[in-house]
Amino acid sequence: MADAAIHGHEQAEQRTFFTRWFMSTNHKDIGILYLVVSALVGFISVAFTIYMRLELMEPGVQYMCLNEFGEAAPRLISSGTDCYAPNGHLWNVLVTAHGILMMFFVVIPALFGGFGNYFMPLQIGAPDMAFPRMNNLSFWLYIAGTTLAICSVLAPGGNGQAGSGVGWVLYPPLSVNEAGMSMDLAIFAVHVSGASSILGAINMITTFLNMRAPGMTLFKVPLFAWSIFITAWLILLSLPVLAGAITMLLTDRNFGTTFFDPSGGGDPILYQHILWFFGHPEVYIIILPGFGLISHVIATFARKPVFGYLPMVWALIAIGVLGFVVWAHHMYTVGMSLTQQSYFMLATMVIAVPTGIKVFSWIATIWGGSIDFKTPMLWAFGFLFLFTLGGVTGIVLAQAPLDRAYHDTYYVVAHFHYVMSLGAVFTIFAGIYYYFGKMTGRAYPEWAGKLHFWMMFIGANLTFFPQHFLGRQGMPRRYIDYPEAFAYWNMWSSIGAFLSFASFILFFGIIAYSLLRGAKITKNNYWNEYADTLEWTLPSPPPEHTFEILPKQEQWDKSNAH
Amino acid sequence: MAHEKNHDYHILNPSLWPLLGSIFGFIMLFGAVLFFHDNGPWVLIAGFLGVLYVMYGWWSETVDENHAGDHTPVVLIGLRYGFILFIMSEIMFFAAWFWSFFKHAMYPMGEMSPIQDSVWPPVGIETFDPWHLPLINTLILLCSGAAATWAHHALTHDENREDMKWGLIVAIALGAIFTIFQAYEYSHAAFGFSGNIYGANFFMATGFHGFHVIVGTIFLFICLMRVLRGHFSAQSHLGFEAAAWYWHFVDVVWLFLFAAVYVWGG
Repeated sequence: MADAAIHGHEQAEQRTFFTRWFMSTNHKDIGILYLVVSALVGFISVAFTIYMRLELMEPGVQYMCLNEFGEAAPRLISSGTDCYAPNGHLWNVLVTAHGILMMFFVVIPALFGGFGNYFMPLQIGAPDMAFPRMNNLSFWLYIAGTTLAICSVLAPGGNGQAGSGVGWVLYPPLSVNEAGMSMDLAIFAVHVSGASSILGAINMITTFLNMRAPGMTLFKVPLFAWSIFITAWLILLSLPVLAGAITMLLTDRNFGTTFFDPSGGGDPILYQHILWFFGHPEVYIIILPGFGLISHVIATFARKPVFGYLPMVWALIAIGVLGFVVWAHHMYTVGMSLTQQSYFMLATMVIAVPTGIKVFSWIATIWGGSIDFKTPMLWAFGFLFLFTLGGVTGIVLAQAPLDRAYHDTYYVVAHFHYVMSLGAVFTIFAGIYYYFGKMTGRAYPEWAGKLHFWMMFIGANLTFFPQHFLGRQGMPRRYIDYPEAFAYWNMWSSIGAFLSFASFILFFGIIAYSLLRGAKITKNNYWNEYADTLEWTLPSPPPEHTFEILPKQEQWDKSNAH
Repeated sequence: MAHEKNHDYHILNPSLWPLLGSIFGFIMLFGAVLFFHDNGPWVLIAGFLGVLYVMYGWWSETVDENHAGDHTPVVLIGLRYGFILFIMSEIMFFAAWFWSFFKHAMYPMGEMSPIQDSVWPPVGIETFDPWHLPLINTLILLCSGAAATWAHHALTHDENREDMKWGLIVAIALGAIFTIFQAYEYSHAAFGFSGNIYGANFFMATGFHGFHVIVGTIFLFICLMRVLRGHFSAQSHLGFEAAAWYWHFVDVVWLFLFAAVYVWGG
């Protein structure tokens, strides 16, 4: 392996910059491209929310203004006075763009595209993906989709302004009636991102089924690779359904069909059903790869093999299957029958069982371990705490009667940001710190990583925890302004958002510093012997082509699980 | 790649096709938005031609790689998995259209919805008689599928290239006739595409199926061209196998459309 590694480095230097990054057929390079681009898109998307939190910091509208001619006149610095008139459209555009970018262009590309591409083939001992060229098509379609999404924000849209303000779910009738090109661009952005994800999913499933190392039977596959495999199935089966729904939107908008228009016999609620049939698997698409990553991080830093490997795998499968049969719990208030509501309530609560299996297995892994509080482990602890909290509020929201009160309040915002912004994003950071040395050959400064964690942990909790209170007090979501009564907790929430943003900038600083000045890593496995999957048998960074000689069973089969 | 690999997987050289493909895809979709907003179809057409060019170039390269021996048995298994998964995603795409159809057919919207359902087909809609042209079209498509299977057997059992050629010609011709009959039927529809839910469901579901028939016909036509050039053997004919699977998938979707939209929902 060592010879091959040296040889591989020579190879890497022969490639020109353009060949390496624009024509890549290499799963590691494509994985890195995904991570870098999703970080940049994430920055844009977070910047939008900072502007929103700035606006919400005090009651009244001070920043997103219209002038006396009804034109958009946004301010970055408050003049201490309220606007001539609030620009609700700008607010809606930012809410929409934040949702679309985060859902389709940040979290999935980072976890599934980035870590999935880089580490799934390594963990199963495959030399590359099954379809390396198609893999690159997935990446470039992701870029095309992102570009369309950004165009959508800038193109002429509703209310005579730029951008579309319909919310990321694109509900009709607003999404059908809104004027301008913006909405059409957003629809195509989602189409293209869907095509990219479906091609990626086909690739991942084929790689997983066809290219495992000799002797690696299904239940010997590391948990992260399993989580990518299950995620790929969810993408493959749910995204085409969304493609159908938004195609209906497109024809309703442009060709006069009436899928969602009651005046022609259509039904807007149908859109919600089809959207959420995709949308609920989507939230598991976002979180499952994180589950996989966290399992490895916790096992490594608790210095124990992961507890309950088999139940962990079956819980992933169960979550994947159940994810397809609970969608209408997002729509309790649309007028479904009580029977339907009862079913969706029960089915939703059943998901708590496999999720509980995972959470308790992680805790059992930590239990009695000799815990090493390295940065990735802090993120993993943060994830466990926050994801569990978000899961508990999820059980509350799953109750149709309670949801009557909480629907479309800040309680919902707090809930899904706890599972996604704090759950999924914390797993991304855990993964970055865990694998940074492996991917780049450089170490990050441990104190800086910890500082980043504590800033983000405090900042994110400060942002979202008070939103539970606001929701319980009845503050509705998706509004640019609010009554005086909600001012106190909104102020704290905004302060938390600024702290998180500062931690995000620190993160970019840490990455830049570590890439340029970080200590060089010489070991293959710079953690400990419980990081025992195949990527830790490779140099850091791995050579261009890995496993040109397929790994032998003793290299990976530590018989830790089973 | 220059140095030794000791496995049968296919490691590909860097390629410009993915980047080109997504650039043209972007141009095509951006052009489509311009077209929707009355800015002319030219950007859309340019992007579409670019996408076709990339498809042709990319897949020609894939065929060349096969001839160069890159497609080892394990790679062929992977390609089969890939194609089956692609067809599964297509099935889920049709699920959305069937969902819309069944929702509206079982719970038609009306003045009193959702307390009391309206009627299906909607008042004033005159539907096609399923037992005339639609039935004939069903038979045509099934016969086409049988002809494709004939071609398949001719190749695998006794490598009879002449029979395979004729099987493909029959399958392609029947596929083309199906498309022509569909176009004829569309032109005689007593309901419009816009303004009513029946027309929207009917034309989008059968229309997307028709699009898949056209794609499948082209796919079979490419296979015919390759047969004439001496490609395919009894052991190695993945391109044809994929085309046949795709064709049968299109068949089955039609059977569901015929049973649900034409017979039950008419």
